[in-house]
Amino acid sequence: MEIFLQQVMTGLANGGIYASLALALVMIYHSTNHLNFAQGEMAMFSTYIAWTLINAGLPYWVAFVITLAVSFAGGVVIERVVVRPFEDAPVLNAVIVFIGLLVIFNSLAGWIWTYDIKQFPTPFGDHPVQLGNIFFRAHDFGAIGVTLFVLLVLWAFFRFTPLGLAMRASAENPVSARLVGIRVGWMLALGWGLAALIGAVAGMMVAPVLFLDPSLMSGVLIYSFAAALFGGISSPGGSVFGGFFVGVAEVLSGTYVPFIGNDLKLIVALIIIIGVLLVRPSGLFGKVSVSRV
Amino acid sequence: MDTANAPTGTVAAEAAIRRDRARTWRIWAVAALLVVTCVLPFVMGDYRVFQFTLAFTYALALLGLNLLIGFNGQFSLGHGAFYAIGAYTAAVMIHQWGIHYGWTLVAAGIVCGVAGFLFGIPALRIQGMYLALATLALALAMPPLLKYKAWEAYTGGVQGIFINKPHAPFGLPLNPDEWLYFLSLGVLLIAVVVAHNLLNGRTGRAMMAIRDNPIAAEAMGINTALYKSLTFGVSALFTGVAGALSCIVVQFVAPDSYSVFLSITLLVGSVVGGLASISGAIYGAFFIQFIPNVADAISKAAPWAIYGLFLIGFMFVMPGGIAGFMNMVWSRLQRQLPLARRRGAEAGHTGRTNSKT
Amino acid sequence: MIKRNATVLFLLLAGLLVLGLAGCEKKTPGVTKTEIKIGHINPYSGPASAYGTIGRTEAAYFKMLNEEGGINGRKINFISYDDGYSPPKTVEQARKLVEQDNVLLIFQSLGTPTNSAIWQYMNDKKVPQLFVATGASKWNDPQGHPWTMGWQPNYQTEAKIYARYVVQNIPGAKIGILYQNDDYGKDYLTGFKAGLEANIASAGLSGDKAPKIVMEQSYEVSEPTIDSEVVNLKNSGANVLVNITTPKFAAQAVKKVADLGWHPTQFLNNVSISIDSVMKPAGLDASNGIISTAYLKDPDDAEWKDDASIAKWREFMQKYYPDGSLHSGNNVFGYTVAQTLVQVLKQAGDNLTRENVMKEAANLKDFEVSTLLPGIKINTSPTDFAPIEQMQLQKFDGKKGAWVRFGEVLGAN
Repeated sequence: MEIFLQQVMTGLANGGIYASLALALVMIYHSTNHLNFAQGEMAMFSTYIAWTLINAGLPYWVAFVITLAVSFAGGVVIERVVVRPFEDAPVLNAVIVFIGLLVIFNSLAGWIWTYDIKQFPTPFGDHPVQLGNIFFRAHDFGAIGVTLFVLLVLWAFFRFTPLGLAMRASAENPVSARLVGIRVGWMLALGWGLAALIGAVAGMMVAPVLFLDPSLMSGVLIYSFAAALFGGISSPGGSVFGGFFVGVAEVLSGTYVPFIGNDLKLIVALIIIIGVLLVRPSGLFGKVSVSRV
Repeated sequence: MDTANAPTGTVAAEAAIRRDRARTWRIWAVAALLVVTCVLPFVMGDYRVFQFTLAFTYALALLGLNLLIGFNGQFSLGHGAFYAIGAYTAAVMIHQWGIHYGWTLVAAGIVCGVAGFLFGIPALRIQGMYLALATLALALAMPPLLKYKAWEAYTGGVQGIFINKPHAPFGLPLNPDEWLYFLSLGVLLIAVVVAHNLLNGRTGRAMMAIRDNPIAAEAMGINTALYKSLTFGVSALFTGVAGALSCIVVQFVAPDSYSVFLSITLLVGSVVGGLASISGAIYGAFFIQFIPNVADAISKAAPWAIYGLFLIGFMFVMPGGIAGFMNMVWSRLQRQLPLARRRGAEAGHTGRTNSKT
Repeated sequence: MIKRNATVLFLLLAGLLVLGLAGCEKKTPGVTKTEIKIGHINPYSGPASAYGTIGRTEAAYFKMLNEEGGINGRKINFISYDDGYSPPKTVEQARKLVEQDNVLLIFQSLGTPTNSAIWQYMNDKKVPQLFVATGASKWNDPQGHPWTMGWQPNYQTEAKIYARYVVQNIPGAKIGILYQNDDYGKDYLTGFKAGLEANIASAGLSGDKAPKIVMEQSYEVSEPTIDSEVVNLKNSGANVLVNITTPKFAAQAVKKVADLGWHPTQFLNNVSISIDSVMKPAGLDASNGIISTAYLKDPDDAEWKDDASIAKWREFMQKYYPDGSLHSGNNVFGYTVAQTLVQVLKQAGDNLTRENVMKEAANLKDFEVSTLLPGIKINTSPTDFAPIEQMQLQKFDGKKGAWVRFGEVLGAN
């Protein structure tokens, strides 16, 4: 039983990592109807900026806030300069642009900061905590808490604020949105800025655990992508649930399914995801969009 | 009505004449291109021949991917998996059972075709991004599957499998690199002809109808489910044969060569080359084969940043891919073509175009 | 319809033809009166890009050498290409170096699958594949592959040293192994198991007194975290942990072990002993007591604070590779192996044919480099293609923040 609980804890901690980046993916999708493959690398780059600031002597929270601001600005600039020319282009063209951004950020990070791994501090305390025979890190709880907080803010933003509504409208139906007077272009830029901001938060929560190097988010992105789609890309809560689910499923299948064992645990998680998609093709909690013919 | 003179008076007829002349030009150009391609290996160094051969195998893989994405409107982030299955089929057959490599191409095609068709069935339920995820899952699953202990004896596990270089058959005066060049070129040409016939026939029209308006297609009586799965199968078949070819050319397969990155590279090649276009597959293949080397030459410090800039630049300048761009250039050139040279030639042309009147 | 702009494509091909022809000249392989061309392939991008710094250090070293006059009046033209750790790309780059750039030899190509892909080619073409940057045991094969030679102590030798330590010092040990599921990880695993069996047999242990492997857990490089594998290992009841991980995962593993309140006797493979990249991020306390082996001096080791060779290395780094990290063992590695190549070329003198270079590479007698640990010498012979076969055990002292060597320098057995 203890083993089970310990592994569930591990799965939740891992899942929290996937969920945090999944939120950034949801943000970008909600506001632009695009899935930005470069989200992970942008988050990694933001984390490096934070690292540079902290290494220069700034206190953690000051560096945190400055990084958020810089990431937000960066996101807006990228949207205006790089993504804007492809707004009306076919979806796949935009995908290639995102892949281009992905390799650019990854390569630049490696060039500027080298590929040696770096430590990143956590504001939640680094020491292990023991509850009975279950061990976990204080940071894991803190990180999950931050992710849930961001989820709450995001949900409230889209649901209750006029700005959130405007952004959703711009993504779903830009033409009508323009007719109603919404500045669609700036809504998209805002969406990118916010997504970059959330990505930066994700990166700074993840780096203390995974250690900072240019491949910080490469593995995580795919799991987050799976988590977001599994839970339903149109539902922030669903994506977070997806993240935790993927984390726990992967860990448990590695521990308890003996003939598959450790080598194929990724495949088990993927089979589960595809299985769910077959039953609910828009993800677990996603909105099923009905198109009228 | 004077049939010899009437057509030249209308814009449409002028365009028709230009198209005919353009077609003649095109046929000659294609022939010249083929001749040059066949002569190249004897003037290039062996290393360049090797690079071109690799580009041909990529072109074949991209042809498959293009069929699926460009002509049928489905999506795949997992074609690297079919490439891997094809490569390993060939490697295991040659290494374990000593089968001649020629047969492995056929076998790889069959295995991947069936696998693709089977994958296409559940893919019917899943659309767009979610299909992207499902195919991505397939690509992710490949390296661990290939390394799995249970069949390590066949796949060579993490060590991979090494193949000996095949020599030219029937004592042809070609060195192994030149032979592989012509083999790959031959397979690619056969695939191009097959694809061309497929796309110009009923199947192709059904595929494109499904892409453009699936509901209307269904309403017209096209069995969308069957055609979509079939397209997946054929697409996987092409990519599988490409994988088998690449195994023979590179002479080595290892699980980590077939990571997600390969699937992403294939997608990039497909889009940059030009979707919904057979020549797009060839342009895209040369892009993904040679541009990384160009980027490496430009910057040693951050070569992939340069590659990323290339990607964004190409998409900006050529939104229809390289093929789209070439079409635009060609049609501009076409408009400059002179209308007629001699009355005799013109009469011959107009006689054809006016056959219905 | 087939739409091909044949004219433009034709022009493109013509251009490539010119490019192709340009590289077609046949010269004496790689050597002129003033220059020696050395080929090199490294993963500057992709999953192993952390090792790209080795290539940069080597390039910097040759730059320094050239400024000091070169070897026997010849400068070194170091041509390095990126293969992104992808075997097909390695094949392409190797062919480019050999067939187009006409290099004398290929030096320090990195990685096991990547080198495996060009192994046959290099031997068929009779081009030296010298001092490959991988510890796989298969490179020591002078009969089957006379043109390929490794350099660093191979993984199986190292793993056997750990196995022997366990048998001799931890009776009845229950051993858990965490390993990376690729060529490198599997090689260590094989060596460890073989060493364990051999030592148990020679010590005559059996039953409860004999150490046993109670669990193996593998992980893929593409995984974000290996926490769950460590949890499984703890739950197996193991009191010895063999950590066969690359630096990032090593740091994660060591940290997780400490976070779980688990205190096994830990062995860490030599690839991940960097104090700056592994021990510090994992936590100095968490790393206390970890056993590993070494053959190079660690630049952060307190013992070498005032050491002349490390000081010289620092000077070199600051002048010729200022972007490089002064804490990275990889950079000491590159510096040391470059000096080995220089020795081979010096020994070959003016007879710089490929055969002679290979002959001299197999003729290193007690060659010492100052950045190797004292007592470790490089030796090769026509039947021994393993230049470095000695290592020394070391234990990490968390308080000092340094590795403390113990025992003698151990040879291969």
